[in-house]
Amino acid sequence: MATESLSALKAEAMTQASVAPIDYAVIMPVIVCFLFGAALLMMRKKVAWHPIVAIPGLVCLLAADLALLWRVATGGPVTMMMGGWKPPFGIAFTADMMGAIFVTVAGFVALCAGIYATASVPGSERRYGFFPFLFLMMGGVSGAFVTGDIFNLYVWFEVLLIGSFGLLILGSQHEQLDGATKYCFLNLVGTTLFLIATGYLYGIFGTLNMADIAEKAKAMEDTTPIFTLAVLYFVSFSMKAAAFPLQSWLPASYHTPRFVTSALFAGLLTKVGVYAAIRVLLMLFPPERAEMAPLFAWVAALTMVFGAFGALAQSDLRRFLNYAVIVGIGNIMVVLALPAAVPGEGGLAMSVGLSGAILYAVHSIVVMTALYLAAGVAAHLAGTSSLHEMGGLWRNNPLFAAVMLVLLFAVSGLPPFSGFWPKVALVRATIAGDLPWLAASILVSGFLLTIASARVFALGFWRPLPAASAADTRAEKNAIVAERFTAAGPEKALSAIPLLALCSFVVIAGVWPQWLLDLTDAAANGIIDPAPYITSVFGGVR
Amino acid sequence: MRTIIFRFTAPYLTSLMVLFSIFVLLRGHNEPGGGFIGGLIAASAFAIYGIACGVAPVRRALYFHPMTLAGGGLILAVLSGVLSIVFGIEFLTGLWAFPTFLGTEVALSTPLFFDIGVYLVVVGAISTIALALEEREDD
Repeated sequence: MATESLSALKAEAMTQASVAPIDYAVIMPVIVCFLFGAALLMMRKKVAWHPIVAIPGLVCLLAADLALLWRVATGGPVTMMMGGWKPPFGIAFTADMMGAIFVTVAGFVALCAGIYATASVPGSERRYGFFPFLFLMMGGVSGAFVTGDIFNLYVWFEVLLIGSFGLLILGSQHEQLDGATKYCFLNLVGTTLFLIATGYLYGIFGTLNMADIAEKAKAMEDTTPIFTLAVLYFVSFSMKAAAFPLQSWLPASYHTPRFVTSALFAGLLTKVGVYAAIRVLLMLFPPERAEMAPLFAWVAALTMVFGAFGALAQSDLRRFLNYAVIVGIGNIMVVLALPAAVPGEGGLAMSVGLSGAILYAVHSIVVMTALYLAAGVAAHLAGTSSLHEMGGLWRNNPLFAAVMLVLLFAVSGLPPFSGFWPKVALVRATIAGDLPWLAASILVSGFLLTIASARVFALGFWRPLPAASAADTRAEKNAIVAERFTAAGPEKALSAIPLLALCSFVVIAGVWPQWLLDLTDAAANGIIDPAPYITSVFGGVR
Repeated sequence: MRTIIFRFTAPYLTSLMVLFSIFVLLRGHNEPGGGFIGGLIAASAFAIYGIACGVAPVRRALYFHPMTLAGGGLILAVLSGVLSIVFGIEFLTGLWAFPTFLGTEVALSTPLFFDIGVYLVVVGAISTIALALEEREDD
């Protein structure tokens, strides 16, 4: 008798259906990261083994991400309940198109950065755990992109923060600790705010499952508390994403660690904040978000204009890139300012704009990672990253300079590279949404960033080496140039592979964007109409 | 610390605390306790031993570096979740087996191994920090 009632209780509380093997793709990115991260932690002393284990691990991660993308593209959103407990009580991992796209791009840049790191990270920093921290951070990033539970999202934020703290201070230099203090403090404030907001959310809805929240918020009559919630979430996510006026931690910390670490941070961490903002504000509370759109429009416009002016004012290659990241964040945040997607007039603006914003995020992840890695190569070749002292790289290494030119074009949003199409979509959406001044600020900030990029290229690459141009005779000049560039030693071929891979993505996405646009259109539709997402969570239950 | 009373009692205290931590770990499935709190008790045991007799004997006694223990625990915890893939059920679902050892039924389950993994992660992480802090003080 007792066993019968036990199995009846179990049938009521747990899902019974068996899981198809491909559905494990939802959880695989996180499993791969933790297994390889833990294995690398155990062989911490065997520094020579790290790349041999880490690179196949990152390949596995990318393969798992691609399997998930394929599964979501062919079969729609997919959900796995942890421990088999039924929603909304169990923790749900739900991958929809947007999550799958983000997680795949994250896996791609992590593999590129991992290959670059094998060439550039010295043994002492590997001993302190570069690769374990990398996997820990990637576990957090992947988990944040596929989780369907808002408290779980908070947990993944913490996981990726712990990984990023470790990566940030690996060199233990004075300025790294200085940057890390600012980074840690502001990010901890941001996550605390996230936690407070989540506690408040639980008080209002009595659930943490995103699909459940989306349904309950739609059915709620008194929406006042949701406004408070939306503002709290927006502040905490914009702190993560470095949106104006909470952006100052980013330029203060991203230029201090190794180039490969900055590349990963710039590519991924701010985008996690943007992802969470889109997920929470656009999918869970769309009417409240639409009410507050004018506020978001100002934030987006000020973020990109601030970033563009900041980029113009820098005299250091990496500090310039810090501000270029902020411009990208402003562009993506434009989507929060668009009018709601009601069928009819405003519908076009939101669907085009959201697709454009997701595409911009993909572009920004790839191009910012590539630019920081390229800056690392440039600083290695020139022996400095100050634009006052750099020069002559064009003559020294034309192929590398061409790659840099492509990336700078892309980050400025010039055709025919990956930055162009998302900007077209965003400008189209803002004009369709009756926000011509926001469209103008996208174009103006893009123009300013073009000037800043041209300045970087002209100073760092195009002009002759400034130290050499002071010399009197040609022979002296050649001697100075030769000394400068041979002092660096030959650049390892291993760091060229990831740069070329990222650069070819930038070119392909610019020349042949339709397949990417199809994916991001599907992702945008999944956010605007979350019905398939909700069905995938509650499928058999409701 | 050089007080003779503390140095004399520390080994007994440590072994009792480690024993108690394993007891807390094992009773954790149905009653208060579990891997996290058990791990904290064990880590404080090692910290006490380190304060009394120095860090080097603790490292010798642990044999593995604490960080290696943490890594092993993480692998154990993840693998106990991965086992559900073999059975075609959702990730982390509890699987139970009741083999009989010497006439006693022993309940083995994936939650138990997950908890042991958590225990090792906590022991490893906290002892790493505690031992590092104690070592600095000695210098």
